[in-house]
Amino acid sequence: MTMRRLINLKRVEARRIYLTYAVVIAAYVICQVMSSTGFLSSSMRGMLVPICAYMVMAVSLNLVVGILGELSLGHAGFMSVGAFSGVAAAFLMQGVIPFAPVRLALAMAVAAVFAAVAGFLIGIPVLRLKGDYLAIVTLAFGEIIKSILNNFYLGVDSQGLHFSMLTDTTRLLKGGKLIIRGPMGISGIQKIATFPAGFILLMIALMIVFNLVNSRSGRAFMAIRDDRIAAESIGLDITKYKMMAFVMSAALAGSAGALFAMNYSTIVANKFDFNTSILILVFVVLGGQGNMLGSIIAAAVLTILPEKLREFSEYRMLLYAVILIVMMLATNNAEIKNFLAGLNPFRRKEEAE
Amino acid sequence: MIFLNFFISGISLGSIYAIIALGYTMVYGIAKMLNFAHGDVIMVGAYVCFYAVSRYGFNPFLGVVLAMAVCTLLGIIVERLAYKPLRQAPSLAVLITAIGMSYFLQNTALLLWSSNPKVFPSVIGRGAFKLFDGALSVSHITALTIGACLVIMVVLSLFISKTKLGKAMRACSEDKGAAQLMGINVNATISMTFAIGSGLAAIAGALLCSAYPTLMPTTGALPGIKAFTAAVFGGIGSIPGAFLGGLMLGVIEIFAKAYISSQLSDAVVFGVLIVVLLVKPAGLLGKMTQEKV
Amino acid sequence: MKEKTKYIPIPSRSILPERDAARDPVLECVNLGITLGGIKAVEDFNFTIGRTEIAGLIGPNGAGKTTVFNLLTKVYQPTTGTILLNGRDTHGMNTMQVNKAGIARTFQNIRLFRNLSVIDNVKTAMNNEMHYNMLSAILRLPNYRREEVAAHRRALKLLSIFDMQNMADVPAGSLPYGAQRRLEIVRALATNPSLLLLDEPAAGMNPSETADLMDSIRKVHEMFQIAIVLIEHDMSLVMNICEGICVLNFGHIIAKGTPDEIQSNPAVIEAYLGRKKEA
Repeated sequence: MTMRRLINLKRVEARRIYLTYAVVIAAYVICQVMSSTGFLSSSMRGMLVPICAYMVMAVSLNLVVGILGELSLGHAGFMSVGAFSGVAAAFLMQGVIPFAPVRLALAMAVAAVFAAVAGFLIGIPVLRLKGDYLAIVTLAFGEIIKSILNNFYLGVDSQGLHFSMLTDTTRLLKGGKLIIRGPMGISGIQKIATFPAGFILLMIALMIVFNLVNSRSGRAFMAIRDDRIAAESIGLDITKYKMMAFVMSAALAGSAGALFAMNYSTIVANKFDFNTSILILVFVVLGGQGNMLGSIIAAAVLTILPEKLREFSEYRMLLYAVILIVMMLATNNAEIKNFLAGLNPFRRKEEAE
Repeated sequence: MIFLNFFISGISLGSIYAIIALGYTMVYGIAKMLNFAHGDVIMVGAYVCFYAVSRYGFNPFLGVVLAMAVCTLLGIIVERLAYKPLRQAPSLAVLITAIGMSYFLQNTALLLWSSNPKVFPSVIGRGAFKLFDGALSVSHITALTIGACLVIMVVLSLFISKTKLGKAMRACSEDKGAAQLMGINVNATISMTFAIGSGLAAIAGALLCSAYPTLMPTTGALPGIKAFTAAVFGGIGSIPGAFLGGLMLGVIEIFAKAYISSQLSDAVVFGVLIVVLLVKPAGLLGKMTQEKV
Repeated sequence: MKEKTKYIPIPSRSILPERDAARDPVLECVNLGITLGGIKAVEDFNFTIGRTEIAGLIGPNGAGKTTVFNLLTKVYQPTTGTILLNGRDTHGMNTMQVNKAGIARTFQNIRLFRNLSVIDNVKTAMNNEMHYNMLSAILRLPNYRREEVAAHRRALKLLSIFDMQNMADVPAGSLPYGAQRRLEIVRALATNPSLLLLDEPAAGMNPSETADLMDSIRKVHEMFQIAIVLIEHDMSLVMNICEGICVLNFGHIIAKGTPDEIQSNPAVIEAYLGRKKEA
């Protein structure tokens, strides 16, 4: 046992949490200053809200993958449930609440509730399964949510809400408006999502996850991840805690989805497909399972990277794929790791001591 | 009779899924990894076959053989470069690498062959057998697909159960460490599994694009996921399971399209998968392993 | 206990009839058995443990000792027989419910929460005595702080039994082997069991570590006044510490009695110790 492993774990953990908050706040301040002094290009400014949304997605998925230890391949499904319910809620509140930030906050709360309900309903069958089977079922649910939202019609008129599946049979009265239009999604969204709102949502997400992890529920999640049989043997209700983590994660993904959607004028269900779920999973894996700061940084870098690679035009996605593979190899292959460690002069000195 | 027609096209689609699912299931059985790039190997196979036949005037069957050769090689190279270095890595890292490989193949295809859809020439022409005075029509490609699937299934089963290499593959999937101690070259065996799976993917690609003749760099993605679902459906790791799962998935998909809704057919397919896994948590023919305490 | 309890008159099946088992047993197994893969791994297992008894379960490898533990903790559901815990039938319960009802255990191949700190391993086991909800945790309400502080104190106290309080913040996976075994015992104790099952607690320990462990088990027994059943191959430990011993061979009980009786039992010598003499 080396001295390094004996370092006070609690203190390291606490330090990492404060560091995460500090980095997020500092990044926010820097971006705000750069944005107001004109240092930020307009394309970068346009990416601030989506980056926040992806960061929240990464934190939320990391709760399931990193803390609970279950693989989810359908997280974009919760994002889309949140996006559609949140935007619809914001639309309905338009007349009642004229102040946009409050409307946004309420819409995100509604989105969280809807996504949490979806998470609960999906969790009932999903959480009975294990490992790769659980993963494939989350993938299946992601696809099912996409299919359903692609065929869902929701309209409002003086008599209230109407909805239908497959074809538009809402038969709205005069003056009514079709909000969700099947494969056309929602268009004419009021773009009320703002960078400060994204920042606040991220801070809330971090607070929820960190405080949860350092509580009896969080310990239970990690115990289940480390050894399910031992967790049962000390009287932990596995299903209950898995459900708790799953629903909480879905709720956070839902509000991230609402934030994301209200940054665009149009949103369609196909935006939240398997590839989006995978993208978010890549943030988590690259950033480190259970490492919130890491996944936040990965989310930012991997959202900006494709934009910055634009100068390589048609090669950019190819380059992205290569970078992804190389990074996975570099961080996981022992030989390559040792080779890289050998290149680092500081590391060598430390080991020599 | 309409029902029978749907049933036959379901079996035909299912045969393609089954051939792809075999690749997934063999690789999962031996390397315990979800090879998400498998669907894109199908696409590469289809492109090779397409160019061989329509550009260089190969005989269609020669085209398929060439595609198999290219995909086999591709499978071996991909395994060697991307997966072998991660043999000891956490499974999630391997999964992400496989997805990266999938993006890589898709985007390479995009650069080489552009995103314009190609009209794939059927490997066997567009004729059909007319049965019952024309009430039931089975196209040649449907018949060929079903036939090919049956042949592959039989040959592969014999290969796995009778040959030395097949036994080595089964041994590796049970316990790699013990297999190595018994003198089996584990790396070569895994490499071989990828080769066989990828070769089968080339056949599946040619058959898929003969039946649904638009070919794009993303052609393999959705059938790949469906075939993966089929493999899980039948019990991932089990070869008869992949066969059964593929066929059932194809039939369910065609029936859902015909009798429920074509837009919701994917939702129905995935819904059935979920129900099956709830009743049989390891798939139809999969074995449930209990953790030793 | 609020639940309907079903008391059954106790016939004298205990290892030591003169002990308190006959009056007030903590555990009673009647005709317990399980078939695993067509093989009767355990059959006709009749066993009673007194409220404060230390008992040993011994037998050659593959005799079904760990299977008995797995049956008691419902990792496997028994195919035949009844388990009465504090007079209550555990039929239909799962592992979690059996733990809440009072059985805690350790594992033959250590199963700690490796990435959690030592103290968090113990605190996780106290989950069922904490009552604050998720909202209190997220908002750090006063009841969160109160219960966490109380749990922390109790966890440290439990760790101090094995002199582990100064390792509290080390990741459990990085502990030395012996300390990992001790931590498993502390974790099991933290669930307030009335019956503690120890699966080979001294495995892999050297003689001086084993002696320390023996003292610790005695200390635990004295402090908590609970019943302890241990599976162990180290005969000096078993003979020293156990009041009653039960010998299992091929899934059947071949002898029960005091350490002295077991040592001189011809069936045991033939099945177990006898084999050692030949070697």
